[in-house]
Amino acid sequence: MMGADFVQFSLVPILIGIFASVACALPGNFLILRRQALIGDAISHVVLPGIVVAFLLTGTVAALPMLIGAAGAALTAVILIEAVKRLGGIESGAAMGVVFTTLFAGGVLLLEQSDTSNVHIDVEHALMGNLESLIWFRATGWASLWDPVALSSLPQELPRMAMACCLVIVLMMIFWRWLKIATFDESFAQVLGIPATGVGVGLVITAAIAAVAAFDAVGSIIVIAMFICPPAAARLMTNTLTAQVWWSVAFATLSAILGYVFAGYGPMWFGSQNAVSAAGMIAVVSGIILGLACVFGPYRARTGADRAPPAL
Amino acid sequence: MVLTPAPTAETPLSARGLTVSYGEKPAVFSVDATFPAQSMSAIIGPNGAGKSTFLKASLGIIPRLSGDVSVFGTPVEKARHRIAYVPQRASVDWDFPTTVIDVVQMGLYRKVGLLGRLSGQMTHRARACLDRVGMSDFGDRQIGQLSGGQQQRVFLARALAQDADLYLLDEPFAGVDAATERAIVDVLKLLKAEGKSVVAVHHDLSTVREYFDHVFLINVRRVAEGSVTTAFTTENLNATYGGRLAATHMAKLGGVAS
Repeated sequence: MMGADFVQFSLVPILIGIFASVACALPGNFLILRRQALIGDAISHVVLPGIVVAFLLTGTVAALPMLIGAAGAALTAVILIEAVKRLGGIESGAAMGVVFTTLFAGGVLLLEQSDTSNVHIDVEHALMGNLESLIWFRATGWASLWDPVALSSLPQELPRMAMACCLVIVLMMIFWRWLKIATFDESFAQVLGIPATGVGVGLVITAAIAAVAAFDAVGSIIVIAMFICPPAAARLMTNTLTAQVWWSVAFATLSAILGYVFAGYGPMWFGSQNAVSAAGMIAVVSGIILGLACVFGPYRARTGADRAPPAL
Repeated sequence: MVLTPAPTAETPLSARGLTVSYGEKPAVFSVDATFPAQSMSAIIGPNGAGKSTFLKASLGIIPRLSGDVSVFGTPVEKARHRIAYVPQRASVDWDFPTTVIDVVQMGLYRKVGLLGRLSGQMTHRARACLDRVGMSDFGDRQIGQLSGGQQQRVFLARALAQDADLYLLDEPFAGVDAATERAIVDVLKLLKAEGKSVVAVHHDLSTVREYFDHVFLINVRRVAEGSVTTAFTTENLNATYGGRLAATHMAKLGGVAS
């Protein structure tokens, strides 16, 4: 399993899965603590019509038009949400629900109606990505990692996702103190002179960048799962923020590796011939990890003022 | 028309024509206020009178429709290093994954900056602030395990770590035990003795005389302000609370001259 075949067929998808999972899980930690967990869900819904429109306009699946398209869709969503809120006089949660699902449905319709058969952009791809098809053709073994000719045929999704992941990590390291103070106590942060509103907006934008980058390679299922499952499971494992972030990275990585392996080999263990979707299986594994953390995690009780500290 | 002195570098906090609105109804309307230096001032008024709103708008936490605020004679933005703020205890999520000492160290932010490292000396200072509020044994506790009074003390310790000249507190005695209230008052009086200024949103009329030396009465508009002896009167309280205080209650406030 760890030979030349592994390098050629599995190494790149696993790495992309890890980068995508970690890039989404990191901002997810703060989204969850801010009670905004569903923002990740919303972002990945809104991204779809933006990407489809960008594709229809430019005819390519290049990264930049897609990012611009996604950003445009996000802006449209914000305007629509405000409009629904004001005109309908309803609370923002309901307005978000209406706008995001409508935009997603619109994106699916656009996909179905338009001629996108010549590129790998369709509903299934939007949901599940194309992780398994990201094969490193020229790889002949581990030695290819030092072979510039082989490296030049690496699927472009890998460096793109790696860069997105690095960007998220760097941003989180630079703005760590702002994120922490503004998430815990927004008004105190403002009095300190921290641009708390900007921090909140920046967090959502960072999450959107991670979502768009991941969407292309692994589809929206992973994005939705990784924004919530690893950070939520991590919160149940510890009571400090730094440790929570490390746990979430570990869970995201574990989900990506186990999910890919189970998807590829799991069905064979049960006598079936076909592998299942790796992206779907990665999301499932992250859900199972969250389930296990809910049952066995040491800090699963909300501690509260008058309850005893959890026994370790 | 009341003449109010122009804000000077000695005036810790003053507002001119401050107006804040949620939706269509103004929460605070054209309020002038001046809080004196080296004293303890109470912001008093009924529920929904805009006490907290006034404080938050002064600090720029919520946007103001109009009005000017000056802190030590300069705009708030230029005086942030001289302000310490204690928000309402209930305004944060106490299940946030962090420890007591970590919360206190947030008060050191302006000295540490975005990327600076906390030196051993700073950590020592944070511990000293915890000690001042009688919580030195709780440094490594998870904040979710604290009682209401302990939470309030941690918030006060965080404000002490800010090492400011003006301390603004939003309902510091709400829902705390008697021992904590005593401890907080002692710390605040010590701050005053050190030459600092304290402004607190306050609910309990029966303790105003004991704790404070200046009052600001508000009910959307300014009703009165001045020293406790001149402004904390039955007449002004009636005007502030609109007759909602019973006569017996008034009598209990003790020594209120009409």
